[in-house]
Amino acid sequence: MIEIRNISKWYGSFRVLTDCSTSVAKGEVVVVCGPSGSGKSTLIKCVNGLETFQQGEVVVSGVSVGAKGTDLPKLRARIGMVFQNFELFPHLSVMENLTLAQVRVLGRTVEEATAKGAALLERVGLAAQAPKFPGQLSGGQQQRVAIARALAMDPIAMLFDEPTSALDPEMINEVLDVMVDLAKDGMTMMVVTHEMGFARKVAHRVLFMDKGEIVEDAPKEDFFGRPRSERAQQFLSKILHH
Amino acid sequence: MNFDIFFQQVPDGDGAWWQMLASGLQWTLLVALFAWIMAFALGSLVGVARTTEKRWLIRAGNAYVELFRNIPLIVQFFLWYFVVPDVIPAVKAWVITLDPTRHQFFTAVVCLGFFTSARIAEQVRSGIQSLARGQRNAGYAIGLTQTQTYRYVLLPMAYRIIIPPLTSELMNLIKNTAVAYSIGLTELFFRTREMGEMTFRYFEAFAAATVIYVLIALAANRVMAWIERRVAVPGMIAGAH
Repeated sequence: MIEIRNISKWYGSFRVLTDCSTSVAKGEVVVVCGPSGSGKSTLIKCVNGLETFQQGEVVVSGVSVGAKGTDLPKLRARIGMVFQNFELFPHLSVMENLTLAQVRVLGRTVEEATAKGAALLERVGLAAQAPKFPGQLSGGQQQRVAIARALAMDPIAMLFDEPTSALDPEMINEVLDVMVDLAKDGMTMMVVTHEMGFARKVAHRVLFMDKGEIVEDAPKEDFFGRPRSERAQQFLSKILHH
Repeated sequence: MNFDIFFQQVPDGDGAWWQMLASGLQWTLLVALFAWIMAFALGSLVGVARTTEKRWLIRAGNAYVELFRNIPLIVQFFLWYFVVPDVIPAVKAWVITLDPTRHQFFTAVVCLGFFTSARIAEQVRSGIQSLARGQRNAGYAIGLTQTQTYRYVLLPMAYRIIIPPLTSELMNLIKNTAVAYSIGLTELFFRTREMGEMTFRYFEAFAAATVIYVLIALAANRVMAWIERRVAVPGMIAGAH
């Protein structure tokens, strides 16, 4: 589904990604973790072309993301993305947030898009919030709307860029619950997160990144059992021993 | 002080002095209206151009803004009125077919339109840049094209954010129309001076002009405040006052 082959990226002379390769199969859930500044977010944004890269290749469902002739909007419409800061459109109601791209990109009618939106709001437990505006919702509710907005496009895969990092602790679980359900439904997911509980529960594989490199790429059981690299061991001991 | 003067006939014209001022006011409002439409459209385009990822577009936009911001307004009036027709034969051929008032009117609209557009472009640019970069990414990520992202995501918020400085620009524009007297357009300030010179009743003439300018500016301000309330986004601090 998602193939990342030897990609490297520089900001000027500073190298942010070094020869990264991995893949996410259909229905697979891959968690990406690592210290801040390790390139996790940059890597995941390369998958839908929000970040460019100078070397290597990213192929999503047979389409090369970095290639010249690629219709990026069309490709992005098929890949859902959820951001750390939600990034709902503040001037649109919750329902309008869900219908905008369905109507403008997929060409659905407003009725179809609204029906789809309502079903998804129901699914994330926010059916009553449809007429409200993002500024009137809590962070956890906003993030669930953002997930629904991405799902409204019937994506073939979902990317999550630290979806719970900006949330108050008591709101983290309501978002994780939605993500766990999604994973159990067989959605292909690539998730940048420090929520190791989530990784334990639903991930198939865990990537550990440090200084722009993928240091570890292992099945969940191996990663939590005995990470091979010292850096991953240190990282795990830091975030798990609290 | 005697306000009867406004009802005295103009020696060589038809109508009383208040009618002269009213006709001046009409030109002032017409120039301001058309120049605002032009400035808003052009300013938005140039402002957007300066926030794209195309280097040459950003440079062209920057050059445009600097050009029109850095030349004194009265100099720009003279350039558009005297110099541009002289160096562009097609413009010359066109303006000599116009009656002088029309020529002055078009010149005033074009001059103030470009001048104000540079300032609006600056506001639009800063409005777009004040939005978190994530908003643009969110638009792209759900499959919107760049044009759609501007149209449905970035500009609706950017315009809301810049309503207060846009109000200032609109009021500046209205006041700047007075400079059109320098090319002979018979707008409000022109008529005010004329009244003063012909009747020596400068106090009454300028008292009237002052009151009229203040009233228009206040009206513009109220209209913008009404728009700001109308488009306020529920749940956002910007719309709370």
